[in-house]
Amino acid sequence: MAWLLAVWFLVSYGCGILFVDELNKISLGGFKLGFWMAQQGSIYVFVVLIFVYVRLMNKLDQKYGFDKEDEPESDNKEDA
Amino acid sequence: MDVKTWTYIIVGITFALYIGIAIWSRAKSTSEFYVAGGGVSPLANGMATAADWMSAASFISMAGLIAYSGYGGSVFLMGWTGGYVLLALLLAPYLRKYGKFTVPEFIGERFYSKTARVVAVVCLILVSVTYVIGQMKGVGVVFSRFLETDYNTGLFIGMGIVFFYAVLGGMKGITYTQIVQYVVLIFAYTVPAIFISLQLTGNPIPQLGLGGDVTGGTPLLAKLDTVIQDLGFNQFTTDVMGSKLNMFMYTLSLMIGTAGLPHVIIRFFTVPKVKDARLSAGYALIFIAILYTTAPAVAAMARLNLTQTIQTGKVGALEGNLEYEKRPEWFKNWEKTGLLEFRDWNQDGRIQYYNDPSGLGEAHFALEKAQAQLATAESSKDQDAATLIAETQAAIIVAKKQIATAKTKHAKTDFAQHGWQGNEMVKVDKDIIVLANPEIAKLPGWVIALVVAGGLAAALSTAAGLLLAIASAVSHDLLKGIMRPDITEKEELKASRIAMVGAILMAGYFGLNPPDFAAGTVAIAFGLAASSIFPVLMMGIFSKRMNRQGAIAGMIAGIGVTLLYVFQHKGIMFIPGTSFLGDMNENWFFGITPNAFGAVGAAVNFAVAFAVSKTSAPPPAEVQELVERIRTPGD
Repeated sequence: MAWLLAVWFLVSYGCGILFVDELNKISLGGFKLGFWMAQQGSIYVFVVLIFVYVRLMNKLDQKYGFDKEDEPESDNKEDA
Repeated sequence: MDVKTWTYIIVGITFALYIGIAIWSRAKSTSEFYVAGGGVSPLANGMATAADWMSAASFISMAGLIAYSGYGGSVFLMGWTGGYVLLALLLAPYLRKYGKFTVPEFIGERFYSKTARVVAVVCLILVSVTYVIGQMKGVGVVFSRFLETDYNTGLFIGMGIVFFYAVLGGMKGITYTQIVQYVVLIFAYTVPAIFISLQLTGNPIPQLGLGGDVTGGTPLLAKLDTVIQDLGFNQFTTDVMGSKLNMFMYTLSLMIGTAGLPHVIIRFFTVPKVKDARLSAGYALIFIAILYTTAPAVAAMARLNLTQTIQTGKVGALEGNLEYEKRPEWFKNWEKTGLLEFRDWNQDGRIQYYNDPSGLGEAHFALEKAQAQLATAESSKDQDAATLIAETQAAIIVAKKQIATAKTKHAKTDFAQHGWQGNEMVKVDKDIIVLANPEIAKLPGWVIALVVAGGLAAALSTAAGLLLAIASAVSHDLLKGIMRPDITEKEELKASRIAMVGAILMAGYFGLNPPDFAAGTVAIAFGLAASSIFPVLMMGIFSKRMNRQGAIAGMIAGIGVTLLYVFQHKGIMFIPGTSFLGDMNENWFFGITPNAFGAVGAAVNFAVAFAVSKTSAPPPAEVQELVERIRTPGD
């Protein structure tokens, strides 16, 4: 999970802000790469990240056998 | 059919749908009122979350801000989507597992303290009300244009609609309505974008059109860069908002604010399984990304179209500027709302819209306003008219001096040689860009009407979700949880409706003088959430050692420091003229704008909380076990 967060940081803060000038020197179709990362690319990566995470967690649940049973009703409904 | 008829028809149909659904699924028990009985599928929940999430700020305001700030506007795009990753990874599954109705409830129990719960309620209300102010600004803009009235009247009508709409149903009604609202708003956003992208670049996909070529073979973005640079504006694709540090903090503030927003978190309580909570967040982000990747295309294309409508020819050419008498219909309509204003400073009957760094146009405008104030003061029979007259007279002298300095500066620019005498578009409210965009591109009437309906769907769905969060904070957390545990369900529902009404009135009042454009106001709300709710939730889940004292001190310090910073630059309670430091670069802490300060507030929150908790007793064993339990998968 740490590396998911690392990618999250890298695409947004890294490519989108900190190294945007360097990336802007590369052009991608009609886009400057840095600009594209900030306004398009980072968003696509975020979507991928969440789904990777969902998959990883589902696998983890499977491994520990939590996937079959339904979540029981919460056992602490009383108020604080 | 004309635009107005179309607007009535389309807005009418969508409203009938929303209200129909609300009545059909009226909330019966309190549990349904808050979390829809926990039986909503992840896909549906994702769609509803997306509608809940994308407010007037995303729909009406964001592309307009990006149109004007270019690359700098990326903070909104990254901030409001990247926050979802944090939310999905770090918060949603754990909070769902804990299985409580509201965020303050979790905070109260995790930190074994009623005080912590009350502090959380107060933070939550501050965040939500600020957020609703942004929605009110958006709704006000929509109604003023659509009914051709001034902004204030539009705002009052909007308040009425929100009241009627949100107080009627509960969460269940809202969940189903929000699915419909998502469909309406995404359709309304993408249809005009597709048309405009086709017109300008021949590519029907706006995301690709943004990187496409305009007629003549130049890339759209390169063309936009040149066109606006010729008029003295910064290059679109590299225009940094303030500084890189400011953009970093701004993005961070919006991201962690997302993950701390009570009305979004509450959604993850409504899914039956932990697995589904994760999936909902994923679906929600896809639905959000459709709008968020379209927005930069809308922004760049709108800016290009708007500029070329006014600057029809070469800069400096005699015929290069649009004649005021020949201005298009949309221009006249927006003038009626007071959100678009023109003054012919050089009296050539043509419109000059450019970035004039000397501020000559603004200085002329300031003088005009001061003179108008003087006229009202002189005709008034008030006792303190004399002081007012003296004040306005002083303002006139200042304005005249400013004009003189600006004139010397302006004379040195190329624009002066074209006979230009200051920027003549004295007011262009950025929140009108998205709504005006289809009209500027000369799209058919039904498309324009659709955008109005979409804007309303966005504003209403979020306002309703927020009002619900406020209502549950007041009635469930404050009343039932702390003040009157013996309250009946009926009374609880009544209290929550009263809380909603109070929140609408307050937000409407502040909406008359909003602290910023809709997206900016919402950014402040995010800053407040980032500085209060997010850190305390994180520490509540991930630090077993974090205790009551630390959490309370952290929340108070975080939100306190952020509010103080915002008020000191934007006015106390956002009342204009009460700020004790101007809202400008020289006064900002390391150049960080008030809208971006939530990230600093969050850091303060964490620091204070850890310092305080180190010096006081650790939390009781059962609380530590609770933290252990919510972090084990499954169960």
